[in-house]
Amino acid sequence: MSETQPYYEVGDRVRILDLGKPGHVRTPTYVRRKIGIIERYCGMFENPEERAYGRLGLPPVALYRIRLRQMDIWPDYDGQSDDVLEIEIYDHWLEHAGENL
Amino acid sequence: MMNHENHDHGPTREDNDLELTESEARFLALKSLLMENGIIDADEIRARMELNECGSPHQAARMIAKAWLDPVYKELMLSDTKAAAAELGIEVTEAELVVIENTPVRHNMVVCTLCSCYPRSLLGEPPAFYVSKAYRSRAVKEPRKVLREFGVDFPDHVEIAVHDSNADLRYVIMPMRPAGSDGLNEEQLAALITRDCVVGCALPLQPLVS
Repeated sequence: MSETQPYYEVGDRVRILDLGKPGHVRTPTYVRRKIGIIERYCGMFENPEERAYGRLGLPPVALYRIRLRQMDIWPDYDGQSDDVLEIEIYDHWLEHAGENL
Repeated sequence: MMNHENHDHGPTREDNDLELTESEARFLALKSLLMENGIIDADEIRARMELNECGSPHQAARMIAKAWLDPVYKELMLSDTKAAAAELGIEVTEAELVVIENTPVRHNMVVCTLCSCYPRSLLGEPPAFYVSKAYRSRAVKEPRKVLREFGVDFPDHVEIAVHDSNADLRYVIMPMRPAGSDGLNEEQLAALITRDCVVGCALPLQPLVS
């Protein structure tokens, strides 16, 4: 998706997609298909998935920081339920996850 | 004085400069091509290497110490880290820097699971542990255990937040000013701030009780 305005707002509940895309992708496997909330919008960045191969990475893509509960990532997480992980995810790896059930 | 011939230096270490790894060979080939074609020259390479070497944990420590003493500077450091660095004459080469503040109820630590992204302008080269696969895989999955191995054990009411530096931002953790550091000046405070506490794997040193 190319855009100049951020598409997601802080607090939106989002699912990180598993695009199955090979190469220099910046979405690690361990967060794919996991749900978190938008912690902040980081700005527009040239797409590193393109730039890694000598292309310009344009149009730029929106980058967000996603806050996930550790217990939502690791079912056997050994810690506290408040513990979180925050990670940067580009727009095209996200979709709205709807309300928490 | 000892007779030089009568004591043993042990075997001399063999230099192994001749065998290149594949990536070293590729790097040298690329560098030669760029230089032969006049795209870069040796002075530019040297200048960049010198700039890289300006980074050291002391740069981040200076900024954090100043922020502990000066609320206006702290606000600037949190909102515009590059401007705060520039105020101390520190040149930032990273695109985006983010400062995350530890609080009594939230401790933060940084890892780059995909490679070894690191705020080199403010911290220098990353330590070996930061680049290791063990840290990169474990910090996101069992941060409390990793922290205990670094000698930091947080009670349950302190939330642990792990920041994966996986894309375009680079992270600096602002530790809490240690108790007993009242009356220390900026330089004395900076001496308490270690590399590992800016990565979030340690706490600042305790001030010496005089």
